[in-house]
Amino acid sequence: MASPIAANRGGILRNRGIRATRLLRHSLTHLLLGAGAILVLFPLYWMISTSVKSMTHYYDWPPQWIPNPVTLDSYFSLMSYYPWMLFLRNTLLITAVSTIGTVISCAVVAYGFTYFRAPGRDFLFLLLLSTMMLPGVVTLVPHFILFRILKWINTYYPLTVPSFFGSAFYIFLLRQFFRTLPPELNDAATIDGCSEFSTLWRIVLPLCGPALAAIAIFQFQGHWNEFMGPLIYLNSFKKYTLALGLYSLRGEPQGSLPTELMAGGTLMTLPIILAFSLFQRYFIQGVALTGIKG
Amino acid sequence: MAETMQAGTGGRVLSGRRRWLTLTRREALLFYLFVSPWLVGFLVFTAGPILASLFLSFTEYTIVAPPEWIGLENFGEAFSGDDLFWKSLWNTAYYVGVGVPLRVIFAFLLAALLNQDIRGRLFYRVAYYMPSIIPGVASSVLWLILLNPRLGLINLLIGLLGIPSINWLGSPDWSKPAMILMSLWGVGGSMVIYLAGFQSIPDVYYEAADIDGAGMWRKFWNVTIPLMTPTILFNLIMQIINSFQVFASAFIMTGGGPLNSTLFYMLHLYRNAFDFFKMGYACALAWVLFIIILFFTLLTLKWSEAWVFYSGGR
Repeated sequence: MASPIAANRGGILRNRGIRATRLLRHSLTHLLLGAGAILVLFPLYWMISTSVKSMTHYYDWPPQWIPNPVTLDSYFSLMSYYPWMLFLRNTLLITAVSTIGTVISCAVVAYGFTYFRAPGRDFLFLLLLSTMMLPGVVTLVPHFILFRILKWINTYYPLTVPSFFGSAFYIFLLRQFFRTLPPELNDAATIDGCSEFSTLWRIVLPLCGPALAAIAIFQFQGHWNEFMGPLIYLNSFKKYTLALGLYSLRGEPQGSLPTELMAGGTLMTLPIILAFSLFQRYFIQGVALTGIKG
Repeated sequence: MAETMQAGTGGRVLSGRRRWLTLTRREALLFYLFVSPWLVGFLVFTAGPILASLFLSFTEYTIVAPPEWIGLENFGEAFSGDDLFWKSLWNTAYYVGVGVPLRVIFAFLLAALLNQDIRGRLFYRVAYYMPSIIPGVASSVLWLILLNPRLGLINLLIGLLGIPSINWLGSPDWSKPAMILMSLWGVGGSMVIYLAGFQSIPDVYYEAADIDGAGMWRKFWNVTIPLMTPTILFNLIMQIINSFQVFASAFIMTGGGPLNSTLFYMLHLYRNAFDFFKMGYACALAWVLFIIILFFTLLTLKWSEAWVFYSGGR
């Protein structure tokens, strides 16, 4: 957590003149960062505040900076003609199943790559790494054809089943993590009569909390936000996810109201923000750890 | 990937059980058992589809009839028959060429500001990271309202600076800048990666620079920036790969319009595949994009040799 300024604080503070420039620099930094933060957070505030405006005041110019009156009409009307709760249930189902699938499969595969020697292992690991370079676009169409042959179109299988086969990036991440653990632990477990699976389950995984949390969070966020997959594979309205529901709300033939659109956006965003504030530490650690962007 | 391995397996398999199951064999067997989920997944969801995609790109395939071999015709169609191919390529090049440098620099500057020892650092960090966790669909509908020419806040803001209103998403000239502006809002993810990079710079370099009498700017230019170049390269490459595949925001906000000015490459590909069911042509388009992305990634890597500094001395 050391920054250049922290590093030499002792030397600098002795000098008054330097202290004054430091103060000036800090005020300038705060001014810049503060203005930027307002600029960055304001759209979020705008989404929420627009969602609680009454429709007549939406058209006010200059706009109502603070909604008056505050009303939940948009939320009620959205819920009344739109199966929002159903979409929420669908999204939660897909998200939960594929998150669990990813965590389990990646842990098992990473354990294999870390703790066993076998002919072909290094080659397979290189192969695994090289799949990370492949943009998804190349397999987009064949996946569709494959799932169509399996008669999986308009089911949740295309969105969940692949998660159970591991994901190169997370396998790599977990393997790096496993290698930091002392191997004596595994030996001790083996001597005590643990099978390999129970060593993984009882000894290794409990020590990987932060890495597992990071993976789970990214998977959760990824599936919650995913748009293209549901767009391609789901076509009956009742099976829509939140992302697809919000998208089709925008294209409603009778014309959805902007305030309702913002209500939908808010409803879709709040759970992610909630998860983020609860697991903020893991989120940011995870980004740093994996280099994945939200 | 040479690595030293500790044999984690124990000696529970006693000699005399079955002779062919030696310890080495047992370990190999366990290895393949444990990695089998990935191995199966690799064959079914990666290797198979890649081969299929390669094959299909030389065929005409509309799903209803079996694929028909047409040689290089799909590629010929893309390069000389399909006007929208060039249009979408140009739009994507614009988005990448203007957007990527802006995002890389912007995120770097933010992280540099945030890396100082100031009060409220955590608040700022969370604030700037926040937009990048917003679901793409939600931020797209939000920006539709922000970019609204009559009621949008963006026009209000630039109006304060004396700039006349812009019909952002309604004009072919401004739709791409609007998309780039929106993408700038989400640079928090790259910023966090930079922050991690900043924090991994060892203090000793700064201490040495202090002893040599270097000021703040000298330290920034001669210590921080060189040591950050690997992180900059990483972000640059990730941005290039992701930006070439931009899809959801344009699909949701403009549907590729107005006048195809936001018809990005992936949008064009998606339409060919899932609206027109020209699966063979879509596969050909996918391979062209893959080659383009690969080319620019390798080019960036080559170029990086001139400016990336590895403190380990390579």
